[in-house]
Amino acid sequence: MPLDEVACIGELALDGGVRGVAGMLPMARRLLASGIRHLVVATENAAEAAMVEGTSVIGVDSLAMAVAHLEGRIPLQPVSAPPMGDVPPHGGVDLAAVRGQALAKRALEIAAAGRHNLLMLGAPGAGKTMLARAFAGLLPDLGSDEALEVAALYSLRGRLSDRPLTSLRPPLRAPHHSVSRAGLIGGGAGIAHPGEVSLAHRGVLFLDEICEFPRGHLEALRQPLEERRVAVTRVRATVVFPADFVLVAAANPCPCGRLGQPSGPSCRCPEEVINRYQSRLSGPMRDRIDMTVEVPRLGGDALLGGANEEPTAKVRERVAAAQARQLERAAATGVTANALLEGDQLLHACRLDTRARDALTIAGEKWRLSARAYHRVLRVGRTIADLAGEDRVGREAVIEAFQLRGQVQ
Amino acid sequence: MSRFRLAAGDTRWPACLSDLGALRGCPWVHSLWVEGELPALPGVAVVGSRRASVAGVETARRIAGDLARRGVTVVSGLARGVDCAAHGGCLSAGGRTVAVLGCGLDVDYPPQNSALRQTVRASGALISEYGLDDAPVSWHFPHRNRIIAGLCSAVVVVEARVGSGALSTARWALDLGREVLAVPGSILGRANEGSNRLLRDGARPYLDVSDIEDLLPAWARAQVLPRRIDGSAHEDPGTGRQRRLDGERSRLLAIIGAEPVHRESLGLALGLGASQLAVLVGEMELAGSIRILPGGLVSRTRW
Repeated sequence: MPLDEVACIGELALDGGVRGVAGMLPMARRLLASGIRHLVVATENAAEAAMVEGTSVIGVDSLAMAVAHLEGRIPLQPVSAPPMGDVPPHGGVDLAAVRGQALAKRALEIAAAGRHNLLMLGAPGAGKTMLARAFAGLLPDLGSDEALEVAALYSLRGRLSDRPLTSLRPPLRAPHHSVSRAGLIGGGAGIAHPGEVSLAHRGVLFLDEICEFPRGHLEALRQPLEERRVAVTRVRATVVFPADFVLVAAANPCPCGRLGQPSGPSCRCPEEVINRYQSRLSGPMRDRIDMTVEVPRLGGDALLGGANEEPTAKVRERVAAAQARQLERAAATGVTANALLEGDQLLHACRLDTRARDALTIAGEKWRLSARAYHRVLRVGRTIADLAGEDRVGREAVIEAFQLRGQVQ
Repeated sequence: MSRFRLAAGDTRWPACLSDLGALRGCPWVHSLWVEGELPALPGVAVVGSRRASVAGVETARRIAGDLARRGVTVVSGLARGVDCAAHGGCLSAGGRTVAVLGCGLDVDYPPQNSALRQTVRASGALISEYGLDDAPVSWHFPHRNRIIAGLCSAVVVVEARVGSGALSTARWALDLGREVLAVPGSILGRANEGSNRLLRDGARPYLDVSDIEDLLPAWARAQVLPRRIDGSAHEDPGTGRQRRLDGERSRLLAIIGAEPVHRESLGLALGLGASQLAVLVGEMELAGSIRILPGGLVSRTRW
């Protein structure tokens, strides 16, 4: 085979060995797009490169092996692609393992179905982290193209150990609030790396203790939240990475965390301190968070009783059905998730009936809702109706959506 | 706006304040700054916690409203929580009220209450013994309390913790020979510990306005002003609606009782799923029969 149809990629060691490199998957995709389908790569990269359909990949351990193969002296067999989805289900938390928290679970279901960003407010130890881990399980499997896209981002970051290459499960990323800005958004020295927002692409970005994140980090989340992608500017070039994730944020309701606890010692934070604390989440972030739910710390009896909890698999079926309804509508609107509906498209998609309109009017006057707050309620209401299999958004859906709008304005 | 300085002995000087002079160890009140118009005194003081619960705020509003409808002046300290509710409840029932400040009249403290301050001035008076620009220093407040006690014939304590300012008002009142009443509260938690202890120590329990009737001037016993239709939340326009509430709604209200209940517990108690509960609670919130507090607690708006 002529050499100009072959790409050889790897890190050549001084002893003639060939080592793997980061970003093999996206490179193989790009090469295929420009007509090069024969690859010779390091053995450790071979399976990754072979995932790109239509590419023939040879894995080698040394330069000598590569030369022998290309000269035809010792021909090697192309590596076969690992089957997608052939990994054990991720060891996430099953929803049934979370006791009580009926409202939070319902909010998770709605958030998963409409890809709405969600804020959980609750004291430390109330179970916010567990709920967030269970949330990723509610999202349906990715299509193989999507899964490949996700794997490519992990490959670029050199983070394939974090996630099985062939996994079809949406990723869950949970960076700590001490993460650097480059780590969160993307960047780094030399070639830009995708950040946590891109590693969470098509999955979930969980920010625990969101009020503890530096304000600049939260401001920087604005672009990915609005555009579903992030532009990372380096000295030499600007790189755009996809970053289409559902944001699940968690925060204490006040600095001491005890505000609104049903039992135990009550909160002693002065009102001004609570306001200041909650205002850290103000502005653009809040506009992008469609739902807020309180997660109370439950007493012993609530934790022991109510053994009849719904398992993740069952809720995921409802979520998948609701997403299918959104995709049907997307044929006309082009908007694939309710969380992305705006303006006229949103109003059109909701097809509110009279009783729902009445509720909106009364609530709007009662709580002096802004246009943005209206839209949040409508988006969530649309998803609630989708979960119920209804074409029109009725009064019940609107009322329930109001309950999830959150207290902080 | 009328603002004037009253010296002790002035014709308009409230006679009841003279009792303070007879009290040993009581700092003498030389003069007072008054803004607005002094209503009939002595009145009844309604005082309590600054961090009052929803029920406490509602209680204070109701007591002040009932007093106002009998033409009694409500005296309080314009602090957050119970004080604020007392002034508000009195004003929305069409009554007249006096706020005794712990700072100068020109100092806007507490800042949250500056709107209420305007209304108090319009239908009653703001009073301070401090210079116009004097800051709200912490030791002013216990001193200020002696004036509150002095201006009234009885003090009603709503929700006071041990060591709270309301108890200092009650102590001054006892020293001055005024009647002290306390609203009985839950023995769970500390919110009512101070007021409950007052009851144990012999204060008169306040259950409704009849408990205080004998202390009011004769004219106030007979006179009851009509309830104003446009009064605020506690004026119970809900009696008609109450009857129409369907089973679930009244069951929910029955569970809530006096203390706010978390939504999570409501769902368990009513046996409703999260979605049904949200719709029920949402409809009731929209109708104004319940209120959702930060943290997801659900409270009644009427008692």
